[in-house]
Amino acid sequence: MTIGSPLPHEAASLHVTGRARYVDDQPLPENALHLAFGLSKVARGRIVKMDLSEVLNSTGVFGVLTANDLPYENDTSPGAKDEPLLAETDVYYVGQPVFLVMANSHLAARKAAQKGKLEYETYPPVLTIQEALDAESRFEEGPRIYQKGDAETAISVSDRKLSGVLITGGQEHFYLEGQAALAIPSEDEEITVHSSTQHPSEVQHKVADALGFGMHQVRVEVRRMGGGFGGKESQANGLAIACAVAAIMTGRPCKMRYDRDDDFIITGKRHEFKIEYEVGFDETGKINGLSFIHYVRCGWSQDLSIPVSDRAMLHADNAYNLAHCRIESHRLRTNIQSATAFRGFGGPQGMLGMERVIDHIAHDLTLDPLIVRQRNYYTDAKDLKPNFKDMQTTPYGMKVKDFVLNAMTDEIVKTSDYYKRRKDIEAWNLNNSILKRGIALTPVKFGISFTLTHLNQAGALVNLYQDGTVRLNHGGTEMGQGLFQKIAQVAAKSFGINLASVKITATDTDKVPNTSATAASSGSDLNGMAVKIACETICDRMSGFLAEYYQEKITSVRFEGGLVQIGKHEISFPDAVQLCYQNRVSLSATGFYKTPDIFWDRIKGHGRPFFYFAHGVSVSEVVIDTLTGENRLLRTDLLHDAGASLNSAIDVGQVEGAYVQGVGWLTTEELVWDNAGKLMTHAPSTYKIPAFSDRPDIFNVALWDNENSEETIYRSKAVGEPPFMLGFSAFLALSHAASFCGKNYPELNTPATHERLFWACDRVKHGD
Amino acid sequence: MNIRFLLNGETITLEKARPEETLLDLLREDRGLCGTKEGCNEGDCGACTVIVIDENSVKPLNACILLLGQVHGKAVRTIEGVGVDGKLHPIQDAIIKNHGSQCGFCTPGIIMSLVAAQMNNEKDHDVALAGNLCRCTGYAPIIRAAEVAQQVVLPEWLIFDREKLVSCAILPSLEQPKSSDDIAALLVKSPKTRLIAGATDIGLWLTKEFRDISPFTFLNQANDLTKIEEMEVDYKIGAMVNIEDLRLWAASVSPSYGELLRRYASIQIRYAATIGGNIANGSPIGDNPPALIAAGARIELRCGESRRTLPLEAFFIEYGKQDLRDGEFLESIFVPKDFENLCCYKISKRFDQDISAVCGCFNILVQEDRIVKARVAFGGMAATPKRATHIEEALIGRDWSLATIQSCENLWDKDFTPLSDIRASSAYRLKTAQNLLWRYYRESLGETCNVLEVSA
Ligand SMILES: Cc1cc2nc3c(=O)[nH]c(=O)nc-3n(C[C@H](O)[C@H](O)[C@H](O)COP(=O)(O)OP(=O)(O)OC[C@H]3O[C@@H](n4cnc5c(N)ncnc54)[C@H](O)[C@@H]3O)c2cc1C
Ligand code: FES
Ligand code: FES
Repeated sequence: MTIGSPLPHEAASLHVTGRARYVDDQPLPENALHLAFGLSKVARGRIVKMDLSEVLNSTGVFGVLTANDLPYENDTSPGAKDEPLLAETDVYYVGQPVFLVMANSHLAARKAAQKGKLEYETYPPVLTIQEALDAESRFEEGPRIYQKGDAETAISVSDRKLSGVLITGGQEHFYLEGQAALAIPSEDEEITVHSSTQHPSEVQHKVADALGFGMHQVRVEVRRMGGGFGGKESQANGLAIACAVAAIMTGRPCKMRYDRDDDFIITGKRHEFKIEYEVGFDETGKINGLSFIHYVRCGWSQDLSIPVSDRAMLHADNAYNLAHCRIESHRLRTNIQSATAFRGFGGPQGMLGMERVIDHIAHDLTLDPLIVRQRNYYTDAKDLKPNFKDMQTTPYGMKVKDFVLNAMTDEIVKTSDYYKRRKDIEAWNLNNSILKRGIALTPVKFGISFTLTHLNQAGALVNLYQDGTVRLNHGGTEMGQGLFQKIAQVAAKSFGINLASVKITATDTDKVPNTSATAASSGSDLNGMAVKIACETICDRMSGFLAEYYQEKITSVRFEGGLVQIGKHEISFPDAVQLCYQNRVSLSATGFYKTPDIFWDRIKGHGRPFFYFAHGVSVSEVVIDTLTGENRLLRTDLLHDAGASLNSAIDVGQVEGAYVQGVGWLTTEELVWDNAGKLMTHAPSTYKIPAFSDRPDIFNVALWDNENSEETIYRSKAVGEPPFMLGFSAFLALSHAASFCGKNYPELNTPATHERLFWACDRVKHGD
Repeated sequence: MNIRFLLNGETITLEKARPEETLLDLLREDRGLCGTKEGCNEGDCGACTVIVIDENSVKPLNACILLLGQVHGKAVRTIEGVGVDGKLHPIQDAIIKNHGSQCGFCTPGIIMSLVAAQMNNEKDHDVALAGNLCRCTGYAPIIRAAEVAQQVVLPEWLIFDREKLVSCAILPSLEQPKSSDDIAALLVKSPKTRLIAGATDIGLWLTKEFRDISPFTFLNQANDLTKIEEMEVDYKIGAMVNIEDLRLWAASVSPSYGELLRRYASIQIRYAATIGGNIANGSPIGDNPPALIAAGARIELRCGESRRTLPLEAFFIEYGKQDLRDGEFLESIFVPKDFENLCCYKISKRFDQDISAVCGCFNILVQEDRIVKARVAFGGMAATPKRATHIEEALIGRDWSLATIQSCENLWDKDFTPLSDIRASSAYRLKTAQNLLWRYYRESLGETCNVLEVSA
């Protein structure tokens, strides 16, 4: 039985021996060129003079390209055509690529790229959310508004009201492997690109446009990435295009990788949000009406900001049934890096806004926030009345038919001993004047599917060889999430064979065309299904033939345990394959899958954008030092709904990793720009992701074993993004701890650095 | 310059090598050993960790800022060379079985750190791994793997490498100083020579700023500067003592100073960085200077055959300017023995592998409830590491009481006008500096004030 087994990552033995090859590890021909971008030093301006003579004279330099040298389209954007590969006349952020150096080594290219002499006419940059609002600097004509009921009236007639603001900071992906691409020209106007990208088809498309090629002249291959997290969905385009253009122009292989500082300075990050809320509720904590305004700091180009902001709106309810709710969203254009996809894709920001509201209400009513949560939860699927006419819906009109968080919450309350620990913490805090502890329990409900409906499709190619071994390919990319292993398990299960007989090859646009990005947690849902369908096609052909050959019913054919049963006959799988081969049965098939039943009108804000929801709950306990704001995570309990897990070890790994990454976003990971729009935290020396000792001392992780009510691949659920939001409990536990300093609400913003926490304690004590 | 060293057991001779090239570039670009990864190129992520062996040490080091001149005469092991008996090292095996790799990019570096920790019998995994970042796993499975593979294994290649180092007698290169005397002589001859100690600063000048550092020389063969000696009233610390050796010593004489040094960068950086470099670079945020100033340390500067000593605080004149004359170098540090009650606090965004926003060090002696000595020094609060003289004055001679501490409250801005930067705001720095004295006081009364001492 391969489905569900906790098998190690497919490439684990390569990882541990250093044999796993990433783009930068590919052996290069002698004549290869190395590329580096020269970057804009101003946040907004016009280039009036560009003197690149010193660049050209720098040791090892082969040539330099500027926008004028580009043969065809000068664009890297995923859609809006607003992101030139090299700036034409105007520059829009500090770090925007302006010229491209080609040299005989990576170091020579980087050195030379420093030597460009650029003169600018500068304009005042639009940096902050407020500046963008003042300047009416935005994407789309005005704010998007989604609503249900009448929030304004519901708030105004409520017994109690609150309003507040939450700022959530951005986040750098910090994939351990920086962005990289390698382009190798071949004969007759064709090119092969090795790219560290989550979206090979988009790279193919963009490279073709940049070269004036058809997509059929471009092949993109991705074996693996050293982490992606959304940061290689559109951000990989620039390097791949640069390499391809340079390779075609010079006839030489070209490689580019960003040094870590450049990676920080050039590429997009998670969107910063400012969320204003107004809520009306009753004495029990039941919410009557809720209104949010999202201000989204999108950066200089559109990139994926529209769907990211949409997803934030679609998650503004998180786990709560809101009768009257209004969400308004402003997508603001600013002169910083263009914010992009990052695990959760806006969902985390939207959801945290909701959790802040709950926490604020609880503080106002001096209730345990857990009570307020439970009071407002959607109803669990099992408790819904059959044929219930007024089915509970989200603020965008989607029925919530698969909710499980009431039961999951009950479970984690027990396993984490929540109530007793909360009491103990209160007692402990009375006896400690300087250190304070806090605890919080937070839920996650996350919608699974691309909101752009047509992206919910996938293809696969399965080749069964005459010795009974399988080589397969699908549209998903491997970035560490274990997708390849899960898919191999699906294929092995379909043929009833051992995993050793299944090999997954690098993602390759030659084999499976028109793929969607490996994103939105959809990798195994979509590609797993496509592979299963392809395998079934082959199994069906084999069954048809074998049934006839053995004169048995076709329904009696079974593929299991390395054997094929045909009625009373039993032969080994390789023998069965050999027999089929000799009898001219086709042993290669493609598979295609599209998610059923989803539809979405993003302008009206209505429909069923998601196939289903994934859920999770977490409890975190922290201790803080009120003198300095220093803090520690003491214990974490996670319970996550991965449906019927395809591989429990990989899923647990995703949950643990996502939690820690989520905590990083909310605590130590702080992006700081100076007043001129320059990113000051552009390396791990100044941008602090969690380190080993930042994981909680006690870290209990469990999966909620529960089949998906929708028919997904073996009833599993997507697990890439949802657990990221489990990190909320750490943030709210910090807020809880700070609240012991006095009467006021901490109004903690993110990232809750030691300093922010210190000032929150101060606010709780003394007010603003 | 001719450079020779052992690489995974094989003798490598590089004729006309550029000694300021990084080992990482050599491995990946010239030797095709791509298992060692580049994640940051500045010593902060550990993806490039390799093991460097000599006759008496086994060090995990960051290859991205390790210069070829520093590995001359040593044995280097990379991920490609850690297997035992032609099989996986037990740690590699444990990582697989415990799902310790996801994207796998951090994995080789993590394995090298764990292998080194095992060889050095370092059992605290958080200490061994503070310099290795992983963005995928959340660390828990790696720790599980480390626990499973806890037993001490001395791989056969350690003995092999050590024997080979002796048998093929890789002589120290003639061009490098072998002693303090050599350094002194060299500097008299060419006073502009850049001294490379651990290269944890200089490495970044090369990889990030592309500075031309010639002329330069490496100090790492001046073995007489790597000793810590107990003298009559002082400890004498050679400038080339690395921070990890310093930490092990410090932990035995002042647990608080030892703990401060545990939080200094990572084990990879500590094994490279030297106390001499940490002082000589004049950084206002270095961790040793405030501790040593509070301890009452003096430094000895040498030029040719003449030496002068000065209190450490006097060395730091202003930002970027130290009292170091042409042809002079830092030879030793003298620390008075009576600093066992030195108390050091480091405030940074992240506990491990981070630079101090504020580093406060208190050396206060209370006898019969009266403060008889107070030396207080801070890093991160001014353009140089600096004493809090107003605070010291307000403390000395007073009784050790709440009132005394309170009387200091308004003096802090007389001593310091800190900057706002990416690590902290000026207001926060001033408040926490003030609060650290509070913490010191409350701790002296027995209250737990350190979040690191609390568990669930
Ligand atoms: C990732 C990372 C993390 C770090 N974390 C910390 C931290 O937590 N705390 C902290 O304090 N520092 C930290 N640092 C800074 C660094 O470790 C120190 O500044 C280090 O001590 C410098 O010593 P070195 O031997 O490497 O000096 P080098 O880089 O070799 O030299 C630095 C300077 O000192 C000069 N010099 C060296 N020795 C002498 C001598 N004997 N006489 C005269 N001049 C000399 C050199 O010529 C050069 O100008 C970190 C650095 C990195 C890369
Ligand atoms: S590459 Fe990050 S420490 Fe060397
Ligand atoms: S496994 Fe990806 S960074 Fe560690």
